[in-house]
Amino acid sequence: MDTIQDIQEQAFKELEAASDADAVRALSVRYLGRKGIVTQLLRSVSTRPPDERASFGKRANALKNRLNEAFETALKRLEVSLEGREDHVDVTLPGRTPPVGALHPITQVMDEICDIFSKMGFDVVEGPEVESDYYNFEALNIPKDHPARDMQDTFYVSDAVVLRTHTSPVQIRTMEHKEPPVRVIVPGKVFRCDSDITHTPMFHQVEGLLVDDGVSFGDLKGTLTAFVHQIFDEKTALRFRPSFFPFTEPSAEVDIVCVMCRGKGCRVCSHTGWLEILGSGMVHPALFEKVGYDPDRYTGFAFGMGVERIAMLKYGIDDIRKFFENNARFLMQF
Amino acid sequence: MKASLSWLKTYVPIHMDASELAEALTMVGLEVESVADRFDFMKDVRVGRVTQVRPHPNAETLQVCHVDTRGRTLTVVCGAPNVKSGMVSAVALPGTRFPNGTVLRDAAIRGIVSEGMLCSEKELGLGDDASGILELDPSFESGKGLAEVLHLSDPVFEISVTPNRPDCLGLMGIAREIAGIQRVRLIYPDAAIREGEDRISRFSSVRIEAPDHCPRYAARLVFDVTVGPSPFWLQDRLWSVGLRPINNIVDITNFILMESGQPLHAFDYDRLAEHRIVVKTAREGDRFVTLDGKERLLGADTLMICDGEKEVAVAGIMGGLNSEISETTTRVFIESAYFNPVSIRRTAKRLGIATEASHRFERGVDPEGVLYAVNRAALLMAETAGGRIIDGWIDAHPKPAPKQEIVVSLSRANRLLGTRFTQENVKTLLESIEFSAVPQDEDRLRVSVPSFRVDVTRPEDLMEEAARLAGYQHIPVTFPSLPVVRKRSWGPLQLRGSIRRWLAGFGFLEAVNYSFIHRNFDDRLGLPENDFRRRTVEILNPISDEQSRMRTTLVPGLLGTLQRNLAQQIRSLRLFETGKVYLPQEADLLPRETEMLALLWTGHRFESGWYGKETPCDFFDMKGAVEGLLKALGRREIETAPLPADSCAYLKPGVSATLRIDDRNVGWLGEMRRRALDPFDIHQPVFVAELDLDALLPLIPRSRKAEPISRFPGVTRDFTLIVDKTVPAGDILQCVTDAGEKWVETVHLFDVFEKEPIPQGKKSVSFRVTYRSKKRTLEDKEVTRVHQKISELLLKTFDAALPE
Repeated sequence: MDTIQDIQEQAFKELEAASDADAVRALSVRYLGRKGIVTQLLRSVSTRPPDERASFGKRANALKNRLNEAFETALKRLEVSLEGREDHVDVTLPGRTPPVGALHPITQVMDEICDIFSKMGFDVVEGPEVESDYYNFEALNIPKDHPARDMQDTFYVSDAVVLRTHTSPVQIRTMEHKEPPVRVIVPGKVFRCDSDITHTPMFHQVEGLLVDDGVSFGDLKGTLTAFVHQIFDEKTALRFRPSFFPFTEPSAEVDIVCVMCRGKGCRVCSHTGWLEILGSGMVHPALFEKVGYDPDRYTGFAFGMGVERIAMLKYGIDDIRKFFENNARFLMQF
Repeated sequence: MKASLSWLKTYVPIHMDASELAEALTMVGLEVESVADRFDFMKDVRVGRVTQVRPHPNAETLQVCHVDTRGRTLTVVCGAPNVKSGMVSAVALPGTRFPNGTVLRDAAIRGIVSEGMLCSEKELGLGDDASGILELDPSFESGKGLAEVLHLSDPVFEISVTPNRPDCLGLMGIAREIAGIQRVRLIYPDAAIREGEDRISRFSSVRIEAPDHCPRYAARLVFDVTVGPSPFWLQDRLWSVGLRPINNIVDITNFILMESGQPLHAFDYDRLAEHRIVVKTAREGDRFVTLDGKERLLGADTLMICDGEKEVAVAGIMGGLNSEISETTTRVFIESAYFNPVSIRRTAKRLGIATEASHRFERGVDPEGVLYAVNRAALLMAETAGGRIIDGWIDAHPKPAPKQEIVVSLSRANRLLGTRFTQENVKTLLESIEFSAVPQDEDRLRVSVPSFRVDVTRPEDLMEEAARLAGYQHIPVTFPSLPVVRKRSWGPLQLRGSIRRWLAGFGFLEAVNYSFIHRNFDDRLGLPENDFRRRTVEILNPISDEQSRMRTTLVPGLLGTLQRNLAQQIRSLRLFETGKVYLPQEADLLPRETEMLALLWTGHRFESGWYGKETPCDFFDMKGAVEGLLKALGRREIETAPLPADSCAYLKPGVSATLRIDDRNVGWLGEMRRRALDPFDIHQPVFVAELDLDALLPLIPRSRKAEPISRFPGVTRDFTLIVDKTVPAGDILQCVTDAGEKWVETVHLFDVFEKEPIPQGKKSVSFRVTYRSKKRTLEDKEVTRVHQKISELLLKTFDAALPE
């Protein structure tokens, strides 16, 4: 009986004397290790007289637990105070930052646009950037010798091949291969022979097309309103105003209230309070005739927007050429 | 298209102010780009009281005046005969831009600095009188703005007219839209001529030999005119829309052009041989001198206006020098025609001329408007040039255009628009702009389209008319019913997105460069003659040499980006770009477009910091980035082999490699050759990699399966082999993997050493193999046996030795 009590007293006395973690660890081994004093005590339970075994075992176990706890507590206390003393760092020194890259702002805005429409159930598709005159113009109801060709300054590769001036040819390519319902958006590069502070010879567009039974101009307004509210914010007012695109009828430009001055009039919106961000309209029946859709049955809407323009408004960039200079300090901001 | 408010008001009463009108026009589809008051130039023209007049010491005809502009007395040199002390006139301050375009500068006149200019009526664009300076009501307060005291204001609208609306390329067309908006009637100016017996056929005739090009040609004669300056009102109208007055006859044709949109041409009747007109196409190679003095080369489809002997005008585009109105002209032949839009457009493009006339003919003038315009011009010539209208008119009209009638279904209109228009709504809207509409049954309207609306040919066009006149803002917002998406799209776009995000995570900046590259990019890169990258898509009309071909590699674009960054003292860069290259195909119209990924690394691997020095990057940084990317995408095995000579001439031989996955080439990487960097002014090591994403993406697993992780400990063993320097380390690693020992889990190369004590021409390669079983804990003995076996295999395969 006394053995257990003695062992406990002895152990605590030694623990008190232990001045560092190593000493505590050694104590722990001495008492609780494989050949430790308490371990042996526990093993000796079977050698006890049968009527003592139960209570002896219980007390020995309790001792083991108590010591275990005491050693661990002591160890923790000693380690903390030790670390505090020896491992002191200047926490204000800069960290070793892994190199941080960035996605181009155009990519980010394009992804955001695609995400918004993807969630509305639009499929993302692509088309060729060097395009035939047929898909870029003819099939979109822009015949040769039509003044509407002047609306876009075209880069020519040959009489029959151009750098696409818009993503709209993919409308035709999509409808040629798929029966309605069609719901696609088309991100991509487009090219126009123009270069100044607001124009670069290459830029990015996202085109959208939805064709189904009974799609209306009201649906176009709803879809684009939802888009504008998501890409800017719900407070962004917008207006639809009549315009002209050969491949839509009726056609509408979509203006949003200037995000810089909130409609008061400033340099960015040429003092009109409005910014043009989207061209849109109901798909012209001539296109349905070209791709073999029944114009009596199907209606649809299409829209197209300039990605750079939206990025400029979102990020407050005033010169479109900055996007293509790829200055590292510029890119790191996004 | 410019239109001034005061001019518009002659055709329609306007109840809106300038900004309301601009808004209203914009919302019916005539986008007003800007509104500027014609008299804004007068902001620095003040009422001035002349307080002193004395002779100019150095010039007999000039006077030096003191002009009081309330509080400030200006010294002004003036040559006007009517200047006198005490008079009140208008003084322009330096900086004023007069209507004729001249800008007043602060200047010394014969040695005396004039601080302003006393102005005549004519100089201020207020009238014809240039004989002396303006005399104002002496009660006007000096210093006040002239525009203010005279109540001068006339907003001018700059309207962007879309190509489908040639009817709005005349002020009356715009006024018609305003009349529609306000639901009032358009006021047509009087163009009725009191006719006597037809006499014109005695003086002239018109023969159309090319009716496809010229469906209609009308004419009038006005005799006994006196050519001279136009009256002020006429000049003022032209100034207001930015046209320069020339003489009364020409000004009237321009006035009618701006008013009705119908271009007219005035010929000197006496310079027309046989006094007659023949309309026909030219012969290929004919030459003709236009009004601007330039000789033009004509084509076989160029429509020409000829007299009895020769060409006198390029139809619809520009007149000729040989029949121009001059000061001595007394008899005028006025042409008012309808030319085929395509014919005029082709000729204008061919000759490279765009005029006010061609702009309108290309888009389509009103075929029924030619008589109105010619009559109105004749009346004005009689009125302002003292002419006498010869009774009768010519109207050669071989191809009358059929009247356009369209039946539109109301239910279809409402379905397309999402509206609830009634027949009456649509009828009222259409009739407000001179369409007429008759109900055909409960649903349909039969609409007759006015001849000036050449753009309206289908029911959908009428639906648009109704929608825009009602106002798009009143169409209810709805949402399409969207069926559930059944197929999840997953493809190159999504993978490209994840590649971009991984690379940004690896510290690379994404660049977006133009798809065009420099005319000499191939020589700059040092590509051999037969390199596929030399065959490019060429742009016929490039903006510059730098942007004249479509890229076949992304490398020049990234080097350009680096060059611009170096100029900004940014010397360390990690860049990537994804985008297409364009590879012409012999048999196809369109090139093959391949999606590529290019990476560029230059400068340091790690930035220097308090914890360490800057380390320059090398080949293995770039290789590691590519390997890391592929690992991230789920492809662990990538083979590299030295790049075959000349397969990528801009990479350094020996420090470049091809990249292969599953025996397919997916790209290459390496250090740029110095000679390929020189043209970009880059003088530091640059490492690039190019990957063909179209080839790579099918090799990327679309889904992943989890493998059970062994819960047993692994055993590691190290090897060091001494091998020939030329033995590729990759082969040794591959050999271990290929040995077929199932316990081999990983092989990690941790050292390569070539110096003492390793013998010359040899190197030591050390690597660590981890062995592990999925089923049990491996015993030392069995691991040693396998390790031994592999070791022997390596020694034999590579003729290797163990270190001593």
